[in-house]
Amino acid sequence: MPDAAYTSDEMMTIQAARMIRNGVTLFVGIGLPSAAANLARLTHAPDTVLIYESGTIGAKPTVLPLSIGDGELSETADAVVSIPEIFSYWLQGGRIGLGFLGAAQIDKYANINSTVIGDYNKPKVRLPGSGGAQEIAGFCGEVLITLRQNNRAFVKKLDFLTSGGYFEGGDSRQKLGLPGKGPTNVITDLGILTPDPETKELTLTSLHPGVTVEQVVAATGWPLKVASNLETTAAPNAAELRVLRDLNERTARAHAGQA
Amino acid sequence: MEALAHITSLSEAIRETVRDGDTVALEGFTHLIPFAAGHEIIRQGKRDLTVIRMTPDLIYDQLIGAGCVKKIIFSWGGNPGVGSLHRLRDAVENGWPQPIEIEEHAHAGMAAAYSAGASNLPFGMLRGYVGTDLVKYNQRIKFIDCPFTGAKLAAIPAHRPDVTIIHAQKADRKGNVLMWGVVGVQKEAVLAAQRAIVTVEEIVDDLHAPPNSVVLPSWVLSAVCEVKGGAFPSYAQGYYQRDNAFYKAWDVIARDRATFQTWIDRHVLGTKDFAEYKRSLEGATSHA
Repeated sequence: MPDAAYTSDEMMTIQAARMIRNGVTLFVGIGLPSAAANLARLTHAPDTVLIYESGTIGAKPTVLPLSIGDGELSETADAVVSIPEIFSYWLQGGRIGLGFLGAAQIDKYANINSTVIGDYNKPKVRLPGSGGAQEIAGFCGEVLITLRQNNRAFVKKLDFLTSGGYFEGGDSRQKLGLPGKGPTNVITDLGILTPDPETKELTLTSLHPGVTVEQVVAATGWPLKVASNLETTAAPNAAELRVLRDLNERTARAHAGQA
Repeated sequence: MEALAHITSLSEAIRETVRDGDTVALEGFTHLIPFAAGHEIIRQGKRDLTVIRMTPDLIYDQLIGAGCVKKIIFSWGGNPGVGSLHRLRDAVENGWPQPIEIEEHAHAGMAAAYSAGASNLPFGMLRGYVGTDLVKYNQRIKFIDCPFTGAKLAAIPAHRPDVTIIHAQKADRKGNVLMWGVVGVQKEAVLAAQRAIVTVEEIVDDLHAPPNSVVLPSWVLSAVCEVKGGAFPSYAQGYYQRDNAFYKAWDVIARDRATFQTWIDRHVLGTKDFAEYKRSLEGATSHA
């Protein structure tokens, strides 16, 4: 298969999966994060411990779950614990190395919104809300965020701050007393953004193949900082694409099969 | 000596236990969602309910669309993996079929509030919520200083439902209940409530519950009702899988007021119980 025969969404999911170290304990949000987490487990990171907020610890699904509590997760888990336990002892207790979140909006300090577009009391679009996102963002050792990059998502000011990244930048996160380090990478369909070590402002550090800096800047609602040593993300290889597509096909068949 | 749970029909349990204006929690985290009980509340036309649930899911979308709800307390209001809950959104955004008050939390806050209720504490406590906008809009999230370390902690008033309703796998003939798999926050929600109803897949002679199982003894429950398949379209581990296709079909049914109304009239209000509802759905050419 020629290298260019992949979509920008596949590039995003595959790059997100690559950033998961083998053996890490990973608290997974549903959607894009779940696809990337399972791709990682099926490729370079087989010993990754997947934890879903339904209380399933060490889940090993063969198809992607539609919800965070599908039977597929509890039947393949090492342990299933209650909701108060997963949030208190495991997440707040500091046992989880990495959290993985999606979002509807993100700002330059990697704060995210998954609650509402428009005014909270008179919303244009009412989104699902936090769920476990604000706790995952607060308590995991570090956090990965993945979402598609465009002007509506990458905004100067969030309509609602659901989950904290670096708040006002600098040391404002530490001052609030949140134990986790915060978001370390934002993986989009155009490239990778990482927080500046001092100011914590998201900086474009890698471009996916075929994407230009101008494109990413135009898709960002604030003046985007670009790293001087800008890298190019490696294109998906044939094995990564095959495993991802197999996973997606199995999942589509499984979800359509029940009616 | 407390009274043992009354093994009864679901319609009788709802009639005797749920009153207009009650605060009601129908819990079950993706798994074991008590849909049959939700439908019976709709059939009996209960009104002005304050409903508590971490994930409103389709069950509260149906209760809201049917006009049973005046206030919802929740932490994640979507159709998992599919998108919006359209009836919830229509109520929040347009006040249809009636305006709805919302009290919004995050999952850990809801879990802490149920645990506090079960523990007879006035509030639940957790780290978190600091710096987020939720605290600007929910006046019931407050911060306190730890008396020992000075750490800033969030406090949420305890959930104390008038009635909690859950679905489980099994009960024995005395009304002791056994559940397994994703057990969510149901134990806490039952023990936080004044009254509790449990629907089960089956009533058996002996639970054969291994030590440390999640068992709710008969004497903390008001009523136990056998409703086979009562968690459909969610699932009951060991009995049936989640019907993900129904969750996807719901997006189409609930998107439009008229389609929703036709669906609820035909399949829920037009049927006498959950078994007839399931037959009604099977008889339709599509879920709609």
